[in-house]
Amino acid sequence: MTYTEYMAMSPLQRFWYKLLQFFKAIPSGIGKFFCAIGRGIKKAVCGIGRAIANYFVGFVKGDIITKVSYLIMGFGNVCRGQIIKGLFFFIIEAGYALFMITFGASYFTLFFSLEAEIQETVIDYGFTQVKETTLIHTSVQILLYGLLVIMASIAFLAIYFASVKSARQAESIVKAGGKPKKFRQEMKDMLDSKFHSTMLSLPIILICIFVLLPLLFMIFMAFTNFTGTGETSQNFSWVGGAHFSEIFDMSSSGGGSMGMTFAKITGWTLIWAFFATFSNYILGMVVALMINKKGIKLKKLWRTFFVMSIAVPQFVTLLLMSKMLGEEPNSPLNLIISMFTGETSQVALFSNPMSARITVILVNIWVGIPYTILMTTGILMNIPEDLYESARIDGAGPVKSFMKITLPYMIFVTTPYLITTFIGNVNNFNIIYLLSGGGPGVNEYKYGAGKTDLLITLLFKLSVDKGYYGLGAAIGILVFIVCATLSLITFNMTKSAKNEEEFS
Amino acid sequence: MIKSYKLKRGIANTAIYIILAVMCLIWIFPLVWLVLHSFRINPVDPSIAPAKFSDTLFPLANEWGFDNYIGLFKETQFLRWFLNTLFVAVCSCIISTLSVLMVAYTFSRLRFKARKPFINVGMIMGMFPGFMTTIAMLHILKLIGLDQSLLGLILCYSGGSGLGYLVAKGFFDTIPRALDEAATIDGANKNQIFWKIILPMSKPIVVYTVLTSFINPWCDFILVRILMSDNDANYTVSRGLWYWTEKEMINNNFRYFLSGSVVVAIPITALFLYMQKYYVEGVTAGGVKG
Repeated sequence: MTYTEYMAMSPLQRFWYKLLQFFKAIPSGIGKFFCAIGRGIKKAVCGIGRAIANYFVGFVKGDIITKVSYLIMGFGNVCRGQIIKGLFFFIIEAGYALFMITFGASYFTLFFSLEAEIQETVIDYGFTQVKETTLIHTSVQILLYGLLVIMASIAFLAIYFASVKSARQAESIVKAGGKPKKFRQEMKDMLDSKFHSTMLSLPIILICIFVLLPLLFMIFMAFTNFTGTGETSQNFSWVGGAHFSEIFDMSSSGGGSMGMTFAKITGWTLIWAFFATFSNYILGMVVALMINKKGIKLKKLWRTFFVMSIAVPQFVTLLLMSKMLGEEPNSPLNLIISMFTGETSQVALFSNPMSARITVILVNIWVGIPYTILMTTGILMNIPEDLYESARIDGAGPVKSFMKITLPYMIFVTTPYLITTFIGNVNNFNIIYLLSGGGPGVNEYKYGAGKTDLLITLLFKLSVDKGYYGLGAAIGILVFIVCATLSLITFNMTKSAKNEEEFS
Repeated sequence: MIKSYKLKRGIANTAIYIILAVMCLIWIFPLVWLVLHSFRINPVDPSIAPAKFSDTLFPLANEWGFDNYIGLFKETQFLRWFLNTLFVAVCSCIISTLSVLMVAYTFSRLRFKARKPFINVGMIMGMFPGFMTTIAMLHILKLIGLDQSLLGLILCYSGGSGLGYLVAKGFFDTIPRALDEAATIDGANKNQIFWKIILPMSKPIVVYTVLTSFINPWCDFILVRILMSDNDANYTVSRGLWYWTEKEMINNNFRYFLSGSVVVAIPITALFLYMQKYYVEGVTAGGVKG
């Protein structure tokens, strides 16, 4: 379609055309996404293949010292004058060997069964014999230490390859008649050409321990029957995809099926995220425009009023809101209502599914609008004033110029912000949990889930309150898959991902 | 013609003033209610547990007093919780600021082979729901004996903070590269460029990172609940205030919740209003690009 054809269409046609284009772009977006994943995997496999080939070629071509350093890390470096570096490699190898012999190997083998080791001792009292069982290590320990061993092994492999590479480099430098770099020179490089490894080493170690390890732990937990109480809290085993098939199991067995619960909660989560994101976005922008309108005085005062409500910690305002909207006749909400009606009222907002859902969205507007005001004020000022002026001369009212100028411009500029807000709302735990607690509960939902529960609060209820760690982790993985695909596709469709270097 | 235009504008502006005034009233009402009721005491008989809510919207003239605040520091563990939070906030703020700035600078200014893969992996890890790691952290900390301790809490808050580099990276991206090049020609190495050129220029983002990581422990309640279970000596303020609003506690402790909220809210509000400028700069630098 050419531009002139597009311009000839009526607004409604244009709208349908745009909508159609959007949905047409989704399959190709998904396609591109999977292609990118495929390319990434191919690249990684090729890279690893090349590294392995290099590894063997280096072994065949190298002299005897290099060959020895394939077995004893750092040998080549020590022989060629890089004593500190060589010793460093050697100590790591020795340490890893010691670690595996004393500790790692046993946990690694147990990792496949996860069976807790129980020591049974029989105490003979003469007249009667009492069996006493003591746990040597629980399944949690095995899972965790097993993962630690695997991560340590991967790290060790990386260091091993680095040491082999450095031994070969040293050999080729000596062969060419040069001198390998001294330790002090290498340290100097760490502050300049290799500054990135200096800067990243500490954060990466922290992230590996405090994010990666727990994440892997949870992902693996989704495939076990680990629970908070009972026998399986100490001794659990692999159950494969049992939790995932339960989540998608639609057959009802008294009190609703998990599949139905999951589907309905997912539906509400998406509805909630949509309304929460766009109501805040549009209303916040309208308020920001009102404050910034020419001729409105006390701009700073108005803004401060709104900002005050987000400056107070969110849990305070939310807890306060949940109590203020409470069902007691003397809660502020009911007092205000009775002030107008003249009789005691006992409105219970959170006991009816519909009113509970509307209330959480309204309170979210209360929480969110000030953020949008803060965020958009600066950008709104950047829209050229003459655009509005010419629109006004052409006879457009404020509503029309908002729909035709402000909104398209803002959506274009703030797409990344919108995506992150949407994802943030899918995972918006605080508002739901503090306000309604997920309630009101209904019988058709399993595991005590309620009508305003989001996936994230369901996950919390299942794992923290009820102790179904396996099931909770499985839901967490599904939430992740939904969020990751959503944001990767939309990020790939927007421009901002491509021209990252625009400013530099 | 001109007159009618003026009249129209006047009506529009009046309407906007009314809307803004009503909205501000709605937005500010809960906060005013909170502050006023934190000064409300039970004048009848101090031995009777005070009712959660008063029968009037605002305290009556004979109900004013500082009892809630005095009781807060004398009869409850609030002071201890406050100091706990301060300690945790300062420690985790130092660690997180350092790691966020280091990661952001590296990804923004330095070019190396593993850069893109690292950025992608970081993005993917950031998309897992936060609880997943929290629940696992509980088991991990239990095994090394750090659960229910403040040290464990600090590690949880600051350990993964390097992943939150996005906003700071967005800021560093806007600093012209020519500066780095000029410094390199003058003989500075990359370490010196970071400390002596980029950091002094990045005051807004440093302030933003420091303040957000400082405020975080004051506002988080869920991690504390999972990690501390019922060890209330090591609670932070947010967990403590939440604890007071639980069903069994609320009738006796709602007044402490009110006064405690005000005590917590004052410093946080002050900090936030102070950093508002930086906050906007930071968010728009990191989150908005056409």
